[in-house]
Amino acid sequence: MKKINAHSLNGFVNYGLVLVFFAVFQTLSSMGMLSNSFSGQLIPICAYIVMALSLNLVVGISGELSLGHAGFMSVGAFTGVIVSTLLQHAAAPTPFRLGLAMVIGAIFAGLAGVMIGIPVLRLQGDYLAIVTLAFGEIIRNVLNCIYLGLDSTGLHFSMRSAAAMGLEEDGITIVNGPMGAVGVEKISTFLAGCLLIVVVLFVIQNMVNSRSGRAISAIRDNRIAAEACGLNITKYKMMAFVTSAAMAGAAGALYALNFSTVIPKKFDFNTSILILVFVVLGGIGNLRGSMLAAAVLTVLPELLRGFEDFRMLVYAVVLILVMVIGNNTQAKALLHRCSGLFRKSHPKEGLDCEQ
Amino acid sequence: MKKHISFLLALALCLSLSGCGTVPPSGTSGSGSSTSSGDTEDSMPTTPGKTPNIPTAQLSDQLTGTLKLGTIGPLTGGAALYGTSVANAASIAVQEINTFSEQFQIELSSQDDEHDAEKSVNAYNVLKDWGAQIIVGSSTSTPCAAVAAEAYADRMFMLTPSASSPDVNKGKDNVFQVCFSDPNMGVAPAHFIAENFPDARISMIYNNADSYSSGVAQAFITETEKLGLDILSITTFPDDNTIDFSVQLSKAMSKGTDLLFLPIYYTPASLIMHQADAMGYDSTIIGVDGMDGILGLKGFDTSLAEGVIMLTPFSASAGDPATVQFVEAYRAKFKEIPSQFAADSYDAVYILYAALSYYAEANGGLDVTNLTYPELCELLIDVFTDSDFSVDGLTGMGMTWNATGEVNKLPSTVVIKNGTYVGI
Repeated sequence: MKKINAHSLNGFVNYGLVLVFFAVFQTLSSMGMLSNSFSGQLIPICAYIVMALSLNLVVGISGELSLGHAGFMSVGAFTGVIVSTLLQHAAAPTPFRLGLAMVIGAIFAGLAGVMIGIPVLRLQGDYLAIVTLAFGEIIRNVLNCIYLGLDSTGLHFSMRSAAAMGLEEDGITIVNGPMGAVGVEKISTFLAGCLLIVVVLFVIQNMVNSRSGRAISAIRDNRIAAEACGLNITKYKMMAFVTSAAMAGAAGALYALNFSTVIPKKFDFNTSILILVFVVLGGIGNLRGSMLAAAVLTVLPELLRGFEDFRMLVYAVVLILVMVIGNNTQAKALLHRCSGLFRKSHPKEGLDCEQ
Repeated sequence: MKKHISFLLALALCLSLSGCGTVPPSGTSGSGSSTSSGDTEDSMPTTPGKTPNIPTAQLSDQLTGTLKLGTIGPLTGGAALYGTSVANAASIAVQEINTFSEQFQIELSSQDDEHDAEKSVNAYNVLKDWGAQIIVGSSTSTPCAAVAAEAYADRMFMLTPSASSPDVNKGKDNVFQVCFSDPNMGVAPAHFIAENFPDARISMIYNNADSYSSGVAQAFITETEKLGLDILSITTFPDDNTIDFSVQLSKAMSKGTDLLFLPIYYTPASLIMHQADAMGYDSTIIGVDGMDGILGLKGFDTSLAEGVIMLTPFSASAGDPATVQFVEAYRAKFKEIPSQFAADSYDAVYILYAALSYYAEANGGLDVTNLTYPELCELLIDVFTDSDFSVDGLTGMGMTWNATGEVNKLPSTVVIKNGTYVGI
């Protein structure tokens, strides 16, 4: 009984953190005390936090290394943009459009997750990592070939070129192959971003603490033992994988609708790795850690602009330092004393999924 | 005499460069290279070299104050050459203007965007925090489209030196281009080939994941169809990091093509030239402005680019005094031959100077120091869309702009001979 209380307490701390994050920056922003540079990054931070949380479900809770997470983000991003543009012409209210774009983005990314999960989740370890990497690239390359336009006669679709869609004069091109979606109306809000984080936290925390979540963790810890206990391995792995993909889709929609243009190339291997870095740096299986890491590592390159051309070098050095210090027992002990926030109850445990 | 001028110029630039290096810009939230006003006034009181590269008749002494100008472009990453060229050339133009004009000064800040839309918007916000009044940027198309939307909402005037996609200024009255838009860039080579190589067996390789490359390619395909030319082999590659082009080249070879159109950036182009040479595929290569800079690529054997034809508005080997002066100044400061991106950016700064002068002259004076960016934006839109306003620059004579923000000028054709660009 006490254990469950600890779980829910931990969960509430996470909700509280998001609430504080929202309250502080919303207040600062409304008082005009936030620099343009920082306020412009709030929504991307929210999107990256959701990405990190959702990937943590696969990498941390389910224990599978996925290197194609940005692929699901791009599915959500483009679906979200299409939904938003269609609704714009149907004159739907903005918050409703944003919400629906995120939901449909999540559904389509989830479907992509099912399609990819069925063949991929038969594999394990390195093989799974490589195949997810390949699928991330496949999604990006398929999106590079998609042309979608809208005119008075309805939607037009082509895999060849924008001209092949045969749009009318006044038609608009929504998705233009490698040139991506251009002229997207920016409707993402910081509030929506924070709400999405809360929803994602709610889903993950409840899932982890449920019967299914324990089954997923059991499969991670010992696949053979779990199978011997009669657990349906594929089912539980799919559950984590598809949920994660759907949440990444919602994050993608939020991200895309914050910029007036989004291209498939943005969601390449580098973005997948970036998100994996958030998860690894924040602590595999540690939700609060991935939230913090996503926020800090998104802002960090901007804070390092003073270093000019050397900033990415400094960024890399910071990453290495965090990794080294994170694995150094003496440094850990020092941190342990310095700050209660990063304290872990059992430092010896590699995977700390209670948080 | 000329030697003395260039020496003085070089000296002044070196002095100002070291000035930049030792004094970190203060009061800005991390600015890139900052050329503060009045750097060279003491070291170079009256040298002929300070005459700006634009007919002085277009400039006005009624223009006063200090303008904060921001440039955005990739200074790191795969497309760094473009952003660096833009930032470097802008710093030269600012230097010259600050030396030439005593009462009008420009402060410059150049921010990195890594050729990424999200980072470019961040860079734009950083510049806004710094107090930028006009943006010269972004240097590349997709980031520029993202920043343009922000600038349109904020009413910040944007003059992009080199972002060529029509999406950059579509529906935005405050975004103008110095370079050609992609459709225009694809149309010109089609006509060039129809006139000069009517019997050519054409093949094309382009990057279908890049908006610039596919924009030019699509316009080229449409135009060649109109002109009745056949493209026998169209192949694509997905990424500027692609290193193997044997499949694309084999197809071009098997179709017996003898003219290869490459609407791509210089990095993949250099690999294609290298691999075509290794395969023994001999064809006339035609490139557009993105290929500019190939001769400055480190480790590239320039003999491979011998005979390559490029349709680009700027050629560093042109003999006119303006180009010579610019190339010498750029070489002295940055030890390399300026690319077309550099020339576009250099022009952009002078175009803004000319536009503000034009307004000052017409309205009996203008002090830019305390003008907010929306005020400057409305003022500049009026000037740019004024049919009497035209600027002579390095990348074209009599440049004018229409209300959509596209520039009107003529492209010139250059061919690479003995490792330099030579006009045809």
